[in-house]
Formats: sequence, C-alpha cells, structure tokens
Amino acid sequence: MAKFKKKNKASTAISVASLPDIVFMLLFFFMVTTVMREQDILVEQRLPQATQLQKLQKKTLISFLYIGEPRNRALYGTEPRIQANDALITPNDIVLWVNQEKDALSEAERDMITISLKVDREVKMGPVSDVQFELREADARRVLYASTQKLD
Amino acid sequence: MASRMKKEAPEIPAGSMADIAFLLLIFFLVTTTIASDKGILNILPPKQDPNVPPPDIQVNERNIFNILVNANDQLLVEGEFRDNTDGLTQDVKAFILNFGAPNEAAQAVYNGLPASLKALVGRDPASSDHPLSGGAVVSIKTNRGTSYERYLEVFDLVKRAYFEIYGERVGLTADEYRALTGENPGEAELIDRGKADIPMAISIAEPDKVGGE
Repeated sequence: MAKFKKKNKASTAISVASLPDIVFMLLFFFMVTTVMREQDILVEQRLPQATQLQKLQKKTLISFLYIGEPRNRALYGTEPRIQANDALITPNDIVLWVNQEKDALSEAERDMITISLKVDREVKMGPVSDVQFELREADARRVLYASTQKLD
Repeated sequence: MASRMKKEAPEIPAGSMADIAFLLLIFFLVTTTIASDKGILNILPPKQDPNVPPPDIQVNERNIFNILVNANDQLLVEGEFRDNTDGLTQDVKAFILNFGAPNEAAQAVYNGLPASLKALVGRDPASSDHPLSGGAVVSIKTNRGTSYERYLEVFDLVKRAYFEIYGERVGLTADEYRALTGENPGEAELIDRGKADIPMAISIAEPDKVGGE
C-alpha cells in the first residue's frame, strides 16, 4: 500500500510550453498544402470511385472541365452542364476553350495538355462523349477521368 | 535614463500565442481542399478527317474482347449477359494472355513471362492470337444512356487487368507499378520492361444513340 501512495505523490502536470510549437507546425503544414479555390464550382461534383488511379507529374499541363447537374437549378435547369473556368459553356465552345488553355502553355508543352474531366457520377455517357468528341476535334487527346480512390 | 527605458520595455505575454495559432490553424483547416489531381488516364483517338475514310483495319473477331454496356448499366461481355462486373478483370487477363496462334515474336514474349503469368496463359484458338500489337484488343462500347459511373468502373477493371500483368512481369503489385513515376532511370526501366510488347489496347467505341438519354 505504501508503495502505491508514493507513486501517487509524483506530480503529473504535463508541460504545455511546447504546445504553441506543435500548433505552429500543424499551421505551417496546412498553410503550405492549402490551395485557395480560385473558382466557384457551379455544377454538382460527386466524383466516382475507381482503383487504378494515376497521378500526373506536371500539374501545369492539367486543365479542368467540370460536368454535372447545375447547382442553381432555377437558373440553369437540371440537364448536365459543362463548366470551364468560371462559366457554364456548351460543347461548341470547347474547341475555343482548349485553344485558350493551350496558348497559356509553352510551345513545347502544347501537345501534352491533359484535360481532367471532373464528372459527377450521376451524369450519363451522352454528354461525356459529346465532350470527348470536341476534345478530339481540338486535338487535346489526353484525358484524365478524375476520381477518388476506392477502398476494397 | 537608459536604465529607466529598459525597465519600461514590457514583456509581451506569450500565453495567448497558442490561441492565435489555433485560430489560424482552424481557418486553414476549413479552407483547405487537398488538391486531387488523380484519375484514370485515357488517350482519345485522333480526330477523323471527313475527307479521308477511316482506315479499314481488319481485326479478327476472336482478337476483340467485346464489352457492351446498355442504358440500364447491364453488360454483355463476349455475347454473355451479366448484371455485375464481378470477375471481369480475370476474364480480361485470360483474354490478353491467350496465345491462340502465336508467331515468333509472341513466342519470345511468352518465354519471357514469369511463371505466375505463364500459369494464366491459355491456348484457346477461339480466343486472342497473342497479346502483342495486332493481337488482343479490348473494346468497350457504351450507350448514351449508360451512367458515367458504370463506364468508369468497367474501364477501371480493364486497366486493372493490364496493370496487374505489367506489375507481375517486373515483380511488383499493380499498385506499386502504377506508382512508378519514371523520374529516375531505374523506375523508367521498370515501366518499360513491364509494358514491353504488350500494348494497352483498349478501344472505346462511340456510344450508340438508341435507347434514350
């Protein structure tokens, strides 16, 4: 019994002096990894899941196209729409958009442009194939189907 | 005088430092979106010139693994109806690794396969001739009403079959093989050795319009 009492006597106040340091470390981590969202997503984005994901090395080569049901249904209806940059566009505008994106790249990299298709899982293949057809017309043939990792 | 000035310089209390840091931390936690640029890579075919008829490439029916997906997300795999995608990867692997009518180059590839893959090799003359270019082609055809989710699932499973074969050839799992970046010569060599002579021949057919959107 005496043994136990002795142990209890030992003071167990944890030093909080390093707490700010820990918090700062976390803070710096999040500050570095944060990418401020530069555009509003106007369409639904519930990405499908897949297993065979690949990561692209050069992020500057990626341009994003968002496809999904508009969030503002009162204004844009319920049919899936395509969003490029900050606006909803029609498939006819894709060639123009791709050329603008290509102009932003250096000459040597233009052929390597990759379009990341962020397609909502509820979308049917019809709109997706329309977009792919236009991408073929615009000669931007590298397509990345954005998806999240499926855990199995 | 100088001593008085020194006395007046107050020490800033550092006790609230943690609170400030916590506030900032929470702000960044909330605004952070971990950039996700992962996905499944697909290379679209070049655009068709309306003045030039599409090249008439003759591929034997036995060399094509047909996967049809209809508007109800049901599958027709090699003429056989399926309600789900179970076992599709195994079937595709068996199709790719079939040496029905191998030529000399295909024989060489077969001899270079590891024993674990040789065990999967079939000799069915009714299936693909060999996995080399001009041999096995996997064709995925959807309908305009097929859900994107189902299409991606099928595409994913077919890619998985290829990556498992590539990985196995260099002694890696499919996940490890896909994670190779090719940034250093050692990794680039592994990538090349994995996919050498077995091109990823996945043909995505134009979806047909029958059956509603």
